[in-house]
Amino acid sequence: MSSPDPTLTPVADAPLGIAAPRTAGRPSRRAQIEEAVLPPLVALLLAAVVGDLLILSFGQSPGAVYRLLLDGTWGNAYGFGQVLYKATTLVFTGLAVALGLRAGLFNIGAESQLAAGGFCAALIGLVLPAGFSALLCLPVYILAAAIGGGVVGAVPGVLKARFGAHEVIVTIMLNFIVLALLNYLTSTRLHVPDTLHTAEIRSGRLPRLADMWPAFQGSAANVVIVLAILAMIGMWWFLFRTRRGFELRAVGLQPHAAEYGGIDVGGVTWRALALSGAIAGIGGLNYVLGYKHYYEEGFATGAGFLGIAVALVGRSHPVGIGLAALLFATLSQGGLAVNALVPKQMVDVLQAVVILAVATSVPEVRRLLRMRRGGER
Amino acid sequence: MILLAFLAQTLRIAIPYLLAAAGGVLSERAGLIALTLEGYMLGGAFTAVAASYATGSPWAGVVAAVAGGAVLALIYAVSAIRFRADQVVVGIAINLFAIGLTRFLLRLFFDSSSNSPRVSGFTVQGSGTGFGALLLNPLVWLGILVIPATAWLLYRTPFGLRVRAVGEHPTAAASVGVPVARVRYLAVLLSGMLAGLGGAYLALDQHQFTDGMTAGRGFIALAATIFGRWDPVRAGLACLLFAAAETLQIQLQGSQALPSQFVEMIPYVLTIVALAGVVGRAVAPAALGKTATE
Repeated sequence: MSSPDPTLTPVADAPLGIAAPRTAGRPSRRAQIEEAVLPPLVALLLAAVVGDLLILSFGQSPGAVYRLLLDGTWGNAYGFGQVLYKATTLVFTGLAVALGLRAGLFNIGAESQLAAGGFCAALIGLVLPAGFSALLCLPVYILAAAIGGGVVGAVPGVLKARFGAHEVIVTIMLNFIVLALLNYLTSTRLHVPDTLHTAEIRSGRLPRLADMWPAFQGSAANVVIVLAILAMIGMWWFLFRTRRGFELRAVGLQPHAAEYGGIDVGGVTWRALALSGAIAGIGGLNYVLGYKHYYEEGFATGAGFLGIAVALVGRSHPVGIGLAALLFATLSQGGLAVNALVPKQMVDVLQAVVILAVATSVPEVRRLLRMRRGGER
Repeated sequence: MILLAFLAQTLRIAIPYLLAAAGGVLSERAGLIALTLEGYMLGGAFTAVAASYATGSPWAGVVAAVAGGAVLALIYAVSAIRFRADQVVVGIAINLFAIGLTRFLLRLFFDSSSNSPRVSGFTVQGSGTGFGALLLNPLVWLGILVIPATAWLLYRTPFGLRVRAVGEHPTAAASVGVPVARVRYLAVLLSGMLAGLGGAYLALDQHQFTDGMTAGRGFIALAATIFGRWDPVRAGLACLLFAAAETLQIQLQGSQALPSQFVEMIPYVLTIVALAGVVGRAVAPAALGKTATE
């Protein structure tokens, strides 16, 4: 578990999928797209079958339930707003996990990094005087959230670079440690009595989409979604247009070759995990600055693991991550929409099935496509 | 007397850790990351309650828990071994699957989103929490015996030798005729059964299933596996250590001497320290997490 890690091949080289530059030895663009699109399709098909079974077991008609799921998410502005809100957080955790994967590292700590980012932003919010304009203090909030998440991410990075401690285990263990620490700080020092949240922050609240388009009334979607889109663009630029991004991908593809090429693998490792944590941390603003205006225990629950799903289904590419975040957010919100007919927990099962199916079909589809291509030649 | 109560409480907390950690050692020594212990435990806890509720017999619950853990382990094994899926991703998916499915089935069978009805279990309520009541529970005995049994299986049987071989160097094992995939399947199935038993103990001890009742215990068992350096006996001692810390925290509760959150951190901090090699580096089985190609 401590050697530089060729174990993650199915995922670690998944990034090759869409955006790799086209060179002579590489499969054609069409083959690349097939490789990227087929596994999610297989996954959705399988999820639909499992979903049918669950729905039938509850004595409902699958058609009616799926129609309700779509109506409650993409069918009206409120539902769609909720999808956008949930997708915003998932874009951040998805990008965080994907950045790690590009470097051949598995960041399972996005949940605690997200929580730490939100917590640090809330701390700043409690200090800043009321009435500061949002635009002025937004950079401060972003910085605080990035530092919160980044520090949590840097710990496994440094431990991996210095001691070879496996980042999967360290990030899992760190999730528990950080969440317990935040729980301690919140419950003993910062909470409003009888609640699990801090006092409200009064400066730098971000407008909701409903302030601009009244149709979104009631939904939590807010302008942090703009930050999410900027983060997607920024990540694309960083990975594919900068030297640091190139180094990071080189380490992810072949650490020994990268080292031979003069890249400081240890440095790339800890910087990648710190940056990954910082991205997840900024995601905390969606809840703290855009929605509730306070830090609350447990707001990050589940978003870290779903971030892994988003990165996986999105093939670690910013565009794919955006789409995958919408998919998983639709499922999450859709669960609430169908709860009258079938238990909303159905979608938890479906999300797990999508992850399982994508994880198992990516290597399989790739092999089948290679065999077919080999046969044609 | 206080010491005896302390030991009894420690043992009581340690039993599910011991069962799951024994499974964790087997799975990881065969080369498969045991992130899934949490899911197996939760699945085992649910099937144990469902079966003993339906039949009225805790023994039926035990059998069902073994089956429940084994089914989840089979999904993991097929994905990771047959389809060569990434173990970390599949492991997380199995855990999410177990959480989602037990919640769904809780609604389906018991029409509740929080807990099942009461089941009888092995211990009679009111018989106290001392050693006497504990020793009446056959799962406690299983939890105590599972550690020496796993050590014997791993170090004294041909199967154990094969498990260690496929976890260290699957290609070499294959070259001398070890059926790598079959050994890995068996080890993972065993780990699912053992962790399922751990879940059954929890659920029968509390006389019901509650949503998410394992509450990270599978990860504590994984921490014990790693902190015990993938050795059954050392992992068992790690389980006892973690359980003793929890007991201490429960007994000190209210005294404010040590906030519970810091006690919660102990297993995880120790594991990270062990991995970072501050006191004697923990070295994993060489092929852990790797796909075996035969």
